[in-house]
Parts: sequence; C-alpha cells; structure tokens
Amino acid sequence: MSTTALIFTLVLLAGFSFWLGRKRSFAVVNGDAWKLHSLPNYYGYYTAIWCGIPALMITAMWLFFENTIITHLVVVDLPEEIRSLSPDRLNLVVNDIRNLVSGNIVSSDVDPAMRAAADHYIHLQAISQAALTVLVLAIAISGALLALRAIRQEKRARNAVERIVMIFLLASSTIAIFTTLGIVLSVLFEAIRFFETVPLTSFLFGLEWSPQMAIREDQVGSSGAFGAIPLFAGTLLISFIAMLVAVPIGLLSAIYLAEYASKRVRAMAKPLLEILAGIPTVVYGFFAALTVAPFIRDSGGLLGLDVSSESALAAGLVMGIMIIPFVSSLSDDVINAVPQAMRDGSEGLGATKSETIKKVIIPAALPGIVGGILLAVSRAIGETMIVVMAAGLSANLTANPLEAVTTVTVQIVTLLVGDQEFDSPKTLAAFALGLLLFVVTLILNIIALHVVRKYREQYE
Amino acid sequence: MDNSPKHTTDLVRQGLAKRYRQEARFRRMGMTAIILGLAFVSMLFISIIGNGYSAFWQTYAQLEVHLDASKIDPEGTRDSDVIADADYGGIIKQSLRDMFPDVTGRRDKRTLYRLVSNGASYDLKDFVVANPDRIGTTIQLWVPADDDIDMLMKGHFDRDKPESERRIKDNQIAWVDTFVEQNRIESRFNKTFFTAGDSRDPELAGIWGAATGSFFTLIITLLLAFPLGVATAVYLEEFAPQNKWTDVIEVNINNLAAVPSIVFGLLGLAVFINFIGMPRSAPLVGGMVLTLMTLPTIIIASRAALKSVPPSIREAALGVGASKMQMVFHHVLPLAMPGMLTGTIIGMAQALGESAPLLMIGMVAFIVDIPTGVLDPSTVLPVQIYLWADSPERAFVERTSAAIMVLLAFLIAMNALAVLLRKKFERRW
Repeated sequence: MSTTALIFTLVLLAGFSFWLGRKRSFAVVNGDAWKLHSLPNYYGYYTAIWCGIPALMITAMWLFFENTIITHLVVVDLPEEIRSLSPDRLNLVVNDIRNLVSGNIVSSDVDPAMRAAADHYIHLQAISQAALTVLVLAIAISGALLALRAIRQEKRARNAVERIVMIFLLASSTIAIFTTLGIVLSVLFEAIRFFETVPLTSFLFGLEWSPQMAIREDQVGSSGAFGAIPLFAGTLLISFIAMLVAVPIGLLSAIYLAEYASKRVRAMAKPLLEILAGIPTVVYGFFAALTVAPFIRDSGGLLGLDVSSESALAAGLVMGIMIIPFVSSLSDDVINAVPQAMRDGSEGLGATKSETIKKVIIPAALPGIVGGILLAVSRAIGETMIVVMAAGLSANLTANPLEAVTTVTVQIVTLLVGDQEFDSPKTLAAFALGLLLFVVTLILNIIALHVVRKYREQYE
Repeated sequence: MDNSPKHTTDLVRQGLAKRYRQEARFRRMGMTAIILGLAFVSMLFISIIGNGYSAFWQTYAQLEVHLDASKIDPEGTRDSDVIADADYGGIIKQSLRDMFPDVTGRRDKRTLYRLVSNGASYDLKDFVVANPDRIGTTIQLWVPADDDIDMLMKGHFDRDKPESERRIKDNQIAWVDTFVEQNRIESRFNKTFFTAGDSRDPELAGIWGAATGSFFTLIITLLLAFPLGVATAVYLEEFAPQNKWTDVIEVNINNLAAVPSIVFGLLGLAVFINFIGMPRSAPLVGGMVLTLMTLPTIIIASRAALKSVPPSIREAALGVGASKMQMVFHHVLPLAMPGMLTGTIIGMAQALGESAPLLMIGMVAFIVDIPTGVLDPSTVLPVQIYLWADSPERAFVERTSAAIMVLLAFLIAMNALAVLLRKKFERRW
C-alpha cells in the first residue's frame, strides 16, 4: 500500500473506531447514557485516538528512518571497489542509484553493479512498504480493540481525551520556540564553519566583498574576499533612501487621516493606501526594475548625470513606497491612542490644529512613532525581492545613490540559489550573512519594543 | 518705539495671519502626502496593467499545410504511434516555403521558419493524430505565431526605426504583411497562458504550472498553520499559567513576526533539506517554511479573536458544569472562529505573495511539467514572476505583468473575503 493510501486507511479506521467506541459505551450501560462518566462521544474519541495516534507516530518514524536504513543496506552489499571509495564519491554513487530507482537520468553510464544495486534498493523499498503496512494496521486495530475493552461505565474517557488535547495545545505553543531555536542553530552552525576559514574580524570589518572562490587550485583572480562592510553600506544606503520616502509620506498621511480628513475621505483613502501593504514584494521588484529604474536613469541622463540602471535610488524609492502603509498604519494607531482631552485642552487654549498636532499630539505619540519607524527600518533591511530585482550584484562601497550597490539579502540569494556544495566558504558565507541579518533585525525589534514600552505615556 | 503696554489680544492678533498660513501649509502637506501615496498606488497599477493586458491575446497565423501521406504515414497503416512519430516540424517548414517560394538563402529560410512558434509542430501533430482521415489532404491550420511576430503585431516594435536597430528585420515584416493581406493572421484569446507550464518560448509559456505549485504549497501551509496557530492561541489565551515559560513563548512569537522572510528560507534549507533530507523544490517543504512564517500572523489574530469573546460566556459555560476544555471548544472557539478565519486568510494571502524564502529551498527551478503532488518539483506564482522578469524577451515583459495581474486578483479576492467575513460575523458584545 502506498503511504498516502495507508494514511487514508488509517483515517478511515479511526473514524470507524469512533463509531465503535460510541456504540460500545451505550452497550455497557444498556443504553442509559446518563449513567456513563463521560458523554458517549468521548468514548468514541478515546477509541479513535488509540487507533490513530500510535499508528501515525510509527508511520512518521518509519518514513523518517526508512531512507537511511535502506541506503545503508544497499551500500553494504555494493562491490568492494565501490565501497572503498571516499565518502564524497560514495555519496555520488548512492545518488546515482537513487536516481536509477526513481527513473531519472543518471550522470554516468549504468554498469551492471549499479543496476543490481538499484534493483536491490527497489526490492528493499517494497519490503519496507509491505512491513510498514502490516505493522501500522496491526497497531491501529489492536489499539482500537484495547481501547474498546477498556470502556466501562465509570471509565473517565473525557479526562483521557482532554489530557491528549492539552498535550497537543502545549506542543503547538512550543513551535514558536523551536522555530527561533532552529533559526539560531542552523545559521549559527554554518556560520561557525564559515568563521573557521574566514576570521570573524575580516568578515565584519573587511572592505572588500568578492565571494568567487577558485574551483581549481591554479585558477586566476578569484581568491575570495569576504568583507561585509560594503554589503552593510549598501543595505543602509538603500534603507536610508527608503525611509526618506516612507517616513514623511507615511507620517503626514497618518496625521492628515487622523486629524483633518472627513469620515468619508478617511474611509476611502485608508484602505486604498493599505493596498500598498498587500502587494507582494516581487511585484514591487518588477515595478522598480521595469518602470522606476529606467525612468530615473533617463531623467538623470537629461540632467547630464551618469545614473546606473541598477541605482540604489530606484530600489530605495520603491522600497519606500512599500513601507509607507507600514509607517502610516503604525503611526495612525498611536495618534488615535492620544486621548481626545489633550486635543480639546490645547484647542481650548487657542492653539490652531497644526500647533496642537506639532506641540501636543506628536510629542505624546513620539515613542510609538519612533518604535514604528524602527520596525520599518528592520523591515527595509530584511527586504529581499525588491533589491534582488532592482539593485546591483557587485559590492560597491559608495554613498552615491546613483550608483549600483548590493545588499546583504541580495548576496544571500545569489550565493544560495542554484547548485551549491555545502562546504565551500561561498555557501557558508550566506549563512554568516543570515546570522548577521537575524541579529541586526532582532536588536532593532527589541529596541523598538523597549522604546514603546518605556516611554509610552500612560493616560487614564 | 511705542512703550505703551499692549494687550495680549493684540499680540495674538498680530501673529494670527502667520499662524493661519502655517496651519494651511501643514494641512496642504498632509494632503500632498495622501495624494502622493495614492499616486504611487495608481502608478503601480497603471504600469502593470498597461504592460500586461495585451498578454491575454496572442497572435495566431494560418498556414496551408499539405499533409503528405508519404511523410506522415508511408506504410499506410494509420497506426497512431507511427503518425505521432512523423516529422511535423519539417511539414510546417515545407508549408512556409510553399507560401514564400522565392526565399532561398539558408539564413533567410531560417528566419522564415521562425515566423511561427516552435509549438506549431505539436499543434499539427495533435491535429493529425486526432484526425487521421485528413492525411493526404491540404488543411488550413491556425498556429501560434512566434513571440517576435506577436510583439510586432501588438505594436511593441517600431517599424520606422532603421533595420539595424530593430530586433525584427525588413523581410520578416514583409512576410508578416503578406500574412495580413491574405487575412491569415489574427489575434485570439491566449488560452495557453492559463493552461501551460513554463517554457523558454514566451508564446508557449503559461502560469498553470506555477498556479498549481502555489495551490499545493498553500494547501500544506493551511493544513499545518491553521491547526497549529489556533492551538497555540487557545493555549496561550485560555490555559497558559502566568509564568516565565509563557513569557518566553510570547516574546518568541512577537520576534518571529518581525524576522525577515529570507531567514525562514535559510532555516528551511539548513533544517528541512540538508538535515532531514526532504526533496528540494517540493511544495511540501515550501509549505512548511511558509507555515513557520505565517504562524505568528495567525496566532496574533486568533488571540485577538479569543480576547474579544466576553468572559460571561466562559462563566456561563463553566456554571452549567462544562469542563474547561468543553467551555473552550464548545463555546468560546465557535464564537472566535470568524476572527480566526479572517486572520488565517490574511496569513494565507501573505504566504501566496511570498517568494524570498522559496528561492532558498530551490523552488526557483525552470519547471515545464505541471506538478501533480506535494513532492513534485514545482514553482509558485511569485517565483514564476521573478523568473520571467529576468528573461530578456520583450514578450516576457507583458507575460510577467499579466501573471502579476492574476496574482493580484487572487490576493484581492482573498482580502475581500476576509473583509466580508469580518463584516458578516463580527459581533459587538
């Protein structure tokens, strides 16, 4: 039975045992359901859980280990001269066998030993599948039978079911922690391996970035330099341009919508502006590369300026547009949180509306606004698609927005997209950059939250 | 100098005109900001739609094809395998040569063959396999024109430029004009765009493969993220004790919401693909990465929905003897469900538009086949857009824009559904 069919059968079996359990609970009290400790459905759930969950767990474990074990068995049976190859070469052979099994084209000519190994692999797979089917079905059925036998009048089925649900709830809530842990560990491990070949200081303070490593020893001109400063300079330049666009427009439009606009204008303009937040970043990237960058290049050409077609200005401008709704909705929230009494007080003293806004509302809302801007900066730094599509690839240490610069995220993408071997510093560098990116955005977020919490004025 | 004491009102009055000017200026600045924002929205849409709407049509050319029996089925068996093996490319070329007998040079001939798409021979094959009785006759067959011809017909190439600056040459224009004179060229609805997978030839490329990939990826994301997100929210909101552990979970969720999406891609690459050994480019892995990415959104929305259910509901349920679990699952959760679904749809819309983490796990490959399961190599709509945006052909620009229009249509539909759901089921207690 294929795995999909097996899981489907398991679900059916669990459904059936729900019905059996429910029926059985009626039977033990001769139909007087009120005599039972729990509602009849709980006896059904109880049986279904015993039928399904152990079986599913076994299936998952089996599938997880199946490949490794089969591969091991196949390798043991390979001819001596193949087994004595270096681990890397052996890996290639195993890959070829797997490709043969799945019917793909293999890299080398098929020799009889490989063919035999592939057949052996298929044979073992079939055995494993059959064994899994038998085992899992046996476990499911015996689980259901055991549960059915345990059903008594005073059986606390509800408590048992609720305990399992509670375990599920608790386990789900830990996923966030495991994700963070997974991110930290995965980037950290690869980054540490990277720092074994490239010292930390030359990564953090190096002024040159050219990750091309020599593939052959005698190759010319590609020694590889991993200095991250140009990348950070580029990232900061683009983010700075983005903030120059997003902060004034976002903040002013939030103020206008919150303080001046009539209800009708607000109801119209706010959702329209928020459309910008829902547009995928790849669309902004396309817009930047197709429309904005040529426009800036051409208008720069009219002024006699030499503008690169992948200028930081174009990427930053479009990124700024993307961030406008982010800034405006965050500021809108904090401006609205300022109590009406403060506006009334200020206007009662004769201040104009703009004076009220500048002297009363903005100072009161400042921590929230600053926090929002910091979050926006962290988002600009981590933004990927716009810069991948509209910014350059070559690391350029410059503050001129008309030149092409590259960013941390662009480099991560270029280093990791496509074929890669996992132990070259080139690939590992991407993880080191990822670690830096993660740490920087994390610090920005923590500062933002801290600012908001610490300096927030408490009204009422 | 006038030393007589002035009234405060006079002072105020003196400054009043200036203050009013400032007021008006500030107001204008706010208005300008709004207008600029709206201008950006409309510029974006105009640029995309203006570039993309023409991709929904495709130029077709009519060829007079002689189905030579000696070339297609020399034995006369009418066996479909034999018929399918014939050289249809050659037949198409023959028909073009017949149409323009005065083309002789090798290079000219090659240019001539490029008038129609590479897919023309497949169309012809399909036609002949379906109608074996037409072998030996001459048929009129509509085939897709090459993308350059398509662009020429749509007016994207300037005929007035000197030949050396044009991608399309004078003789090609002359041939196309012959087609036009004979009414052998027309613009049709571009069905291929919606039914085909990716292709190197723009006229044969479609979004169906990427859309299926997106569908599988989103299904995985939904199946994982919705139960996990709701369960986490329920635990944190209804059961979690106030302690350090709960604090750690909450801080983690808030931080994950702000982690750049590409970092999730790194996680997927390092853990799912390299450590666990899952296949690259598979929607299963993509869905798992996007699950981790959208979980914070769903959890935060679900918690807000749970918070909005008034405590009286909980007290009433407990008061009539429900267990805590029954209170949550029978009473609170159904009332909070619309809010949770809204949050989930918004999270799914986010996942649908996301591409950066998927680049990391290899969903960026050139894939022609339509994926049939969650383990098949596939790509997703935003990544397809990214891939096409990189292609140099002019025809891919309009196809990219058209794909963006399709993606945006889906996103707008999803968000509209979320708004509708909120409007319909939102309850004020």
